[in-house]
Amino acid sequence: MSKPIVATTSLAGCFGCHMSLLDIDERILDLIELVEFNKSPIDDIKTFTKQCDIGIIEGGCCNSENVHVLKEFRKNCKILISVGECAIMGGLPAMRNNNASISECLEEAYLNCVSVQANDEKIIPNDEELPMILDRVYPCHEIVKIDYFLPGCAPRADLIWNALVALVTGNEMDLPYEVVKFD
Amino acid sequence: MSKILININGKDYSAEPGKMVLDIAKENGIYIPTLCHYEGIKPQGSCRICTCKIDGRNMTACTTPASHRMVVETNTEELEKIRSTIVELLFAEGNHFCPACERSGNCELQALAYRYKMMVPQFPYIFPSKDLDAENPKILIDHNRCILCKRCIRRKKEPDNPSWFVFKGRGHTTQINVDHELIDKEFNDELAQKAMDTCPVGAIIRKEKGFDVPIGERKYDKNPIGSDIEKGVTL
Repeated sequence: MSKPIVATTSLAGCFGCHMSLLDIDERILDLIELVEFNKSPIDDIKTFTKQCDIGIIEGGCCNSENVHVLKEFRKNCKILISVGECAIMGGLPAMRNNNASISECLEEAYLNCVSVQANDEKIIPNDEELPMILDRVYPCHEIVKIDYFLPGCAPRADLIWNALVALVTGNEMDLPYEVVKFD
Repeated sequence: MSKILININGKDYSAEPGKMVLDIAKENGIYIPTLCHYEGIKPQGSCRICTCKIDGRNMTACTTPASHRMVVETNTEELEKIRSTIVELLFAEGNHFCPACERSGNCELQALAYRYKMMVPQFPYIFPSKDLDAENPKILIDHNRCILCKRCIRRKKEPDNPSWFVFKGRGHTTQINVDHELIDKEFNDELAQKAMDTCPVGAIIRKEKGFDVPIGERKYDKNPIGSDIEKGVTL
C-alpha cells in the first residue's frame, strides 16, 4: 500500500503552527517514513499534483486568496484539519472583527498611522492583482467543512504528532490533557 | 438541628439541612462545575453550569438547599452535555482569544473548556463589538472577555467593600462598569489583585504585573479544574 499523502498550508497565520509541526524533533524521520508530502511549504510544492489524504490548515481566511486555497484543499484532500487558534477562531487577525470596519483598517494602515511616510497621494493599494481583503476574518470551518480541530497557539508538537499518527495508522486519537491547550 | 440524608449519585451522605447541594457535594469529594459561583459570595445561579438533576428536575446546585431524602445526580451524560454547551455558547458569544490573554492557564472558563475537551464551539462566533477600559492606573477592564457572571459586583456587597463595579445597560448591551473617581482614589495593588482573583476570566486584569507564572506551571496546565475536589491534587 502506498503511503498516505499529506498537504499543508498557511493562510492568515504566522507559520508558527508549521514550526510546531517541525518541533517533533527526530520523529520527523519517522514522519517521512509514514507519509508523503504534496503541496506544502515544507517541500515547496506549490500546486496539488495528486489527490491527498490529509490537509493541514494553519490560519483563518482574511482575503480572497485564502478562500481560494482553502477550497482547493477541500477539493483535493479527503480529511481537513484546522490547526491552531487562527484556523479555528480567526486568531490574532480576527481582532479586527469586533471593532473596526475594513475601511478603518486600511485607512489606519496606509493613511493615518504614525509610521506612514510619503503617501501624499493618499493611495490605498487596490491593484486587481492583489487578493481582495474580506469584510472580516473567517474561521476555516465557516468557509468549508473541516473534519478535525487541533487547538493551540501554536498547538503542541505532541498534539499534532499524536493526531497525525492516529489518523495515518487508523488508531484512536490519544490526546492527553497536558497537550490540548488554547495558548 | 438534626442531620439529614441526601443521596448523591446513588450514595447516601449525611449533611446539615439548608446547606447548598454544591457545598455538600464538595465536602464529599464530588465536583460540580461552577462559573458564577465564588466561595464566600452569596450564590445567584445565573450561569447554569452547576445544573444537576435534583429530585428529577434540572436545578442549579449552588442555589438549591438540601433537604431530607433529596436525590441528586451530578454527572449524567445529559447534564455534561448541557454544561459543555454552555461553555461553547460563552466562547462563541465573547471575543475569547486565549493566546493574547494574561489569564490564560488560570482562567476558569478555559479550564472548563479543557475539562469538556472542547476543540471548537459548535456555534458560529459572533465577534461582538466590545471595548477596553484602561483608564485606571491599577486595573484594566476588557469587556471582550467578560461573561457577566457578576462576581465582581456581588463581592462588593461584603461589608468592607464599597461599590466599585456596577452593571450598565440591559440585555445584550449589558456590561460591567466602574466608578472611576472612586477606584482612582482608593485602588491599591492589593485591591486590584483581589478584583482580578474574583474574576473567573481575564476581564479584570491587574496592571504593572503579570505573566509571572511560566507556561506549564499555571493553575490548570497539568490537572483539570475540579481535580482538587475529586482527587485532592493541589491546583
